[in-house]
Amino acid sequence: MTAYIIRRILYTVPIVFGVLLLTFVLFTLVGGDISIEIAGKGATQETIDEIREEYGLNKPLFLSWDSQFVNHFKNALTFNFGRARDREPVIDKIKRGVGPSLALTVPMFFGVVIISVSLSLIIAFVHGTVWDILVVVICVAGMSIPYLSFILFGQYFLAYRWGLFPVFFSPELTMAQYVALPVLIGIAAGIGGNLRFFRTVMLDEMRSDYVRTAFAKGLTVRRVLFKHVLKNAMIPIITRVVLAIPFLFLGSLLLERFFGIPGLGYLMVEAINSRDYFVISAMTYISAILFVVFNLITDICYSLVDPRISLE
Amino acid sequence: MSESQQLIKTEPPKGTSLWKDGFRRLRRRRLAMLCLGVLTLYFLLAGFIYLAEFFDWRIGPTLWAEQAGQSYAPPSSKNIFGTDIFGQSVLRKTLYGTKISITVALCASLISIVIGVPLGAVAGYFRGFVDEIIVWIYSTLSSVPYILLILAFAVVLRDKTFFGYKLTGITAVYLAIGLTSWVGICRLIRGEVIKHKDREYIVAAISYGCSRRRIIFGHLLPNVFHLVIIDFSLRFVAFIHAEVILSFLGLGEAERPSWGAMINDARIELSRGVWWQMAAATVAIFFLSLALNIFGDALRDSLDPKLRIQ
Repeated sequence: MTAYIIRRILYTVPIVFGVLLLTFVLFTLVGGDISIEIAGKGATQETIDEIREEYGLNKPLFLSWDSQFVNHFKNALTFNFGRARDREPVIDKIKRGVGPSLALTVPMFFGVVIISVSLSLIIAFVHGTVWDILVVVICVAGMSIPYLSFILFGQYFLAYRWGLFPVFFSPELTMAQYVALPVLIGIAAGIGGNLRFFRTVMLDEMRSDYVRTAFAKGLTVRRVLFKHVLKNAMIPIITRVVLAIPFLFLGSLLLERFFGIPGLGYLMVEAINSRDYFVISAMTYISAILFVVFNLITDICYSLVDPRISLE
Repeated sequence: MSESQQLIKTEPPKGTSLWKDGFRRLRRRRLAMLCLGVLTLYFLLAGFIYLAEFFDWRIGPTLWAEQAGQSYAPPSSKNIFGTDIFGQSVLRKTLYGTKISITVALCASLISIVIGVPLGAVAGYFRGFVDEIIVWIYSTLSSVPYILLILAFAVVLRDKTFFGYKLTGITAVYLAIGLTSWVGICRLIRGEVIKHKDREYIVAAISYGCSRRRIIFGHLLPNVFHLVIIDFSLRFVAFIHAEVILSFLGLGEAERPSWGAMINDARIELSRGVWWQMAAATVAIFFLSLALNIFGDALRDSLDPKLRIQ
């Protein structure tokens, strides 16, 4: 058991190394020297040199203890990501953005999961009828509408036209006020794919032998669904939920952009527009670390619950 | 008596190949064939625009830059989807956007198949050190959220020059999508190859003295290739949507119209009540994705009824 956990933790080391290598290759080797871009047009050579000095771009790439390669690793492992274009440390920006992002994504995600799991149970109940087909048609149609259209039309009709919600974020609004509409839109957009996934899970379970046995014993449909099917279907559901948690920290790029919510998605869009490699690199690294850590926790939890699991 | 003789004389039934069998099953589904028709229309339109541009034909979609009416003219019999801020026909722009979207999705699919399939096959067949390296690469890539990874690649690759070739607009977009999306197919092929490599036909091929290259590319890959097609018929939708999001964020095609750029324009226009540009782009994307979703599912059920890809 302990050996498994230690091996599983050691297994994350190459992944973290890989992510650091990826961000280094992408943003330093391919991205290249951005000091001229930071300095702006018509900057003197002195300014450019100063910027190079500050970001360490004048150091050798490899093969030195003070090379950019080594410094990239050192900085990332100590969560020191330098300063963004507006001179604020990147890590402060990220810390500030986590709150609003989570306020948006957590209710959205759990709303989607709860609604689609309950709906999929109802579908398992009416499987094969017109209702079932109707729901599948609506799901596929919902999956085909672009996310952007959901957001734009939702914002236009619900907030702008009918005035049910505030159109944009503003500091005097409470969190519930400015988050309500984006959450609603996110749920509407996300339900199609999720409902279809959970429907497949439920119907797979419905075909199992134990369900036939339960019906044969004379149990009521409700009892079979809630006591037997739901319990067994929980495994794929929980896996999906746990693996989605690290992505919640990232916020929603598009929703935050449209509603002006100052979260991490908004930070990312700003960074893309100003080509701020430091912010994008830091976001890539942090989200990968979160993913690796949550994966680790999930695997360890599984091994605690299920003694059959072992690492090859 | 004659009947039984006839029965004996008739030739044994011909076996059908996997592909023939799959397409026979597929042809029975009316809805799937309808979707295939819709998809063919989209692809033909994209190909037709390429031809028209090459030969300089002056027809609707290639004349998108011309003024077709006043600024923000609402939909009418002259301009079915109205006009945008410059008086350009929204219908023409939407038709032209088909070319951009289809090109990006096709090139991205090709890139990811070319990278993912051989890597997956090699990893699954040789195992050992090679396998570990390939698994390490794709585990690393898949630990970064998909959309963030595409964005990071697109931001860095945009306007860079490689070997004297500048990556403008859509080239950077399909490179970014292609270079990040091979992970799924690589994992799938690796798993299948591991399953297949101890089967009799591979053992037989080894006993004939086939080279390893021949076993992988001549025997193993043809037997798992239907998975690639199924996977990509479903993944194509994701590529189309990714292109729209990248164009919307200003990382896509800058000079020519694309659906994402149209939606970006519509963001400001909607508050003035100009909904037609938004509606045209949404309708175009909707029917393409719907057809792809339904056709992809039908294709999966026909070619491999046991398989389930979420």
